[in-house]
Amino acid sequence: MDIFLQQLINGLTLGSVYAVVALGYTMVYGIIQLINFAHGELVMIGAMVAFTLIGVLVPAGMNPLVIVLLATACAIPVCMLIGYAMERLAYRPLRRAPRLAPLITAIGVSIILQHLALLVWSRNNLAFPQIIKTVSYHIGGATITNVQIAIMVMSVVMMAGLALLVYRTRLGTAMRATAQNAQVAGLMGIDINRMIAVTFVLGAALAAVAGVMVGSYYGIAHYQMGALLGMKAFAAAVLGGIGNLPGAMLGGLTLGVVEALGAGYIGDLTGNVFGSNYQDVFAFLVLITVLVFRPSGLLGERVGDRA
Amino acid sequence: MSLLEVKGLEVRYGGIRAVKGVDLAVGEGELVCLIGANGAGKTSILKALCGMQPSAAGTVSYAGKPINGVPSFRLVRDGLVLVPEGRGIFGQLTVAENLAMGAFARNDSGEVARDLKRMQGLFPRLAERSGQSAGTLSGGEQQMLALGRALMSKPRLLLLDEPSMGLAPLMVAKIFEVVRRIASEGVTILLVEQNARMALEAASRAYVMESGSITLAGDAKDLLADPRVREAYLGEEAA
Repeated sequence: MDIFLQQLINGLTLGSVYAVVALGYTMVYGIIQLINFAHGELVMIGAMVAFTLIGVLVPAGMNPLVIVLLATACAIPVCMLIGYAMERLAYRPLRRAPRLAPLITAIGVSIILQHLALLVWSRNNLAFPQIIKTVSYHIGGATITNVQIAIMVMSVVMMAGLALLVYRTRLGTAMRATAQNAQVAGLMGIDINRMIAVTFVLGAALAAVAGVMVGSYYGIAHYQMGALLGMKAFAAAVLGGIGNLPGAMLGGLTLGVVEALGAGYIGDLTGNVFGSNYQDVFAFLVLITVLVFRPSGLLGERVGDRA
Repeated sequence: MSLLEVKGLEVRYGGIRAVKGVDLAVGEGELVCLIGANGAGKTSILKALCGMQPSAAGTVSYAGKPINGVPSFRLVRDGLVLVPEGRGIFGQLTVAENLAMGAFARNDSGEVARDLKRMQGLFPRLAERSGQSAGTLSGGEQQMLALGRALMSKPRLLLLDEPSMGLAPLMVAKIFEVVRRIASEGVTILLVEQNARMALEAASRAYVMESGSITLAGDAKDLLADPRVREAYLGEEAA
């Protein structure tokens, strides 16, 4: 029971990060039916920028919380700019191209961003400074740290904010209208290119915060950290139903919990043949299962045979 | 000086010329209709006018300015509004959200609120269903919504593509009643229809299209009496 509760807490923490990243995938898919494989790299760049800034700010002797917030506040616009640039330079020229072209381009953008990061931040595992003093709280035999609580609260706040924006504002309504029928949205006087750019930029901002959260949680940043995380978040988006916002949130949390519980119990269940290092398998087992039995995801509608 | 002037317009899809050098004009305040069989190129003309489809040749001028190549979202801001074939409502948005999107390009929120009131007077059904998602409306209600939404854009020139398509006769009559009313309020209308009789009865002038070209043009009343029109589009034997 202790393991269960502990893994549930860990899973929800990780799951909220997945959910935040999955939102970026699902929003972009919803509006232009593109799986932006470079989205994970935005998470990585968010972490890297924060890593550098924290390194610079710590000697200044400020309050650790202020430092982390400042670093996040800088990582967000950097990622937004990169998100905007990738849409403008890589995807927009391919808007009318066959679907495979932007998909392959996305993989290319992902590789380019990884290697730019490699040039700037080296190929080493970087120790992400965990400058906020960890405080643990005990509940029912399990432990939850202040960092975990912060991650969950931040994620919920961001998701609520995004939901408000998308479902309650004129801009959000215009984004949904564009996602449903871009041509008709144009007839309403909606600048479709602007809506698509806004979608990328919003997703990038979420990714930046996710990057800081992951860095702070694991204490490590690496130029390839976005790849696996991105794939898992993508799996979460598919689990929830790609293109569906609440689906991405639900999918992210579910995936985090499945992964954590799987890692917690796999040793016992297999007589220690497989250990918790098989954790990463679960995300993709879930992805395969969903694709086989319910390709439209938990909350999604039928997506048909789109790539 | 007409509000809309089209000269030598051509529209191509790949190698196919769907519109082969069309001239037409719509004056301020007129209700002009464009009739013709399926595939004659009527929709292609409307798409080219509102920037949804590039024109291969010819000029289009609106309010005295050339508008070839101007994207549709800009034309809407100048009052050139299309209600597309098949209505193009946002099915997953509510009725109210659809109407709000019609007013997306406007900044005069006070007047938008007044227009919304007027709209609800014109289409009481839309007011009743304002919180419902638009996809659950009936075909006729969806057409009402498409018209209402276009009116929320404050059109100066309204292009209507087959507003009667797929509707029951009673609903068709209702739609035409609304179209006349919009016209009487001073909105210029170019109406594309397959329902030639209704269109000719509502319009003051008309163009008849056949495989990409305009074959007849004139006063709607005269065309309504023209034996060629009566035979080909009104289903009557030539006298």
